[in-house]
Amino acid sequence: MEMQQNTPTNTPKKRRVLGPCSHVLVAYNTGSWRMVRPVADQEKCVRCGICAGYCPVAAITVDKKADLMEIDYTYCKGCGICANECPKEAIAMKPEGGEN
Amino acid sequence: MLTYTIQPKGLVSPGINTCQGCMIDVIFRNVLDILGEDTALVIPPGCAAQFSGCGPESAITVPGIQGNLENSAAIAAGIAAGFRFQGNDHTQVVAIAGDGGTVDIGLQSLSGAMERNDNILYICYDNQAYMNTGIQGSSSTPYAASTTTTPAGKPVGSKDLIRIVMAHNVPYAATASVSHLPDLRKKVKKAKEIKGCRVLHILSPCPTGWGYPSAKTVEIARKAVDSGAWVLLEYENGKVTLGRKPAALGDVAEYMSMQKRFAGIGEDAVATAAKNVTDRYAYLEKLAQIG
Repeated sequence: MEMQQNTPTNTPKKRRVLGPCSHVLVAYNTGSWRMVRPVADQEKCVRCGICAGYCPVAAITVDKKADLMEIDYTYCKGCGICANECPKEAIAMKPEGGEN
Repeated sequence: MLTYTIQPKGLVSPGINTCQGCMIDVIFRNVLDILGEDTALVIPPGCAAQFSGCGPESAITVPGIQGNLENSAAIAAGIAAGFRFQGNDHTQVVAIAGDGGTVDIGLQSLSGAMERNDNILYICYDNQAYMNTGIQGSSSTPYAASTTTTPAGKPVGSKDLIRIVMAHNVPYAATASVSHLPDLRKKVKKAKEIKGCRVLHILSPCPTGWGYPSAKTVEIARKAVDSGAWVLLEYENGKVTLGRKPAALGDVAEYMSMQKRFAGIGEDAVATAAKNVTDRYAYLEKLAQIG
């Protein structure tokens, strides 16, 4: 069977690239969007992990065994879902740049 | 080869330019968490396109391709066929498209993939309008919702994607909501184990397009499930199983009053919406009783 010729459309010197290719894993500085920041009351928090599950940027780490609840503000967009969903109302949204 | 400039959370980059309060990140993170690294993604233009990247940047650590709006299921089917030819039966091919790319523009290619029962997992995250291009109404936009193309409220109801999917006799289909994450994870896990064309329809409220404070995304999604505006169900081997029963079926007034897109609609429109919701649920209940 005669095969169809596979002729490169580009000049042979150029590399044939099939399209824009994503090869760098990046994160944008979404923390700069924040107008209000979530501040957790460590006494009220029962380490249930509900906020961590719902956090869109996965900024919250909850470890029940280590009795740990941490918020990483690098990427936190300040959406407030964590404060809204906390069953113990242990997270408060405080204005960014104001007094804590 | 992927160059890591940051440490991903799971298989997804932590900082993505999705709107404040958007839960698509959570859908991606949970889906990829369950499917694992042995996955190839097809993402059409839309809000989710920020994951496959524009230019050299990517936000996922698995291979992905950004296709066109109308052919994401066809691309996925092609990739699945390629894998089958290579004797690869373990890599999951997943298409993640928005409601516009699924119910409007991509419906024919999805229908073809479902008919051929190609080995793909098709996920539709439903924010009920073309949110990425400026909130134009889609056929998933619910009755009376205001968008830039339906400024006075949509005069007709939405297409019922899950019933269209069921009509194709796919091996597995389910609806899920970002408010019920364990349920969502359970359904993705189940879909992973099944071969053939599987479809997941996930509600993902949009703070920008629906007009509510970004903190309320999960609350609104939960209200949608509780009022019956969004029904959690599973379709497996021809059998429909209803999930969580709505706590207050037909009580859509509060759900609608929380959103600006329903601002200014009359009481009769609310009553019609409530009737649509209760009628649909009654129909689905009857379906669940069969077989």
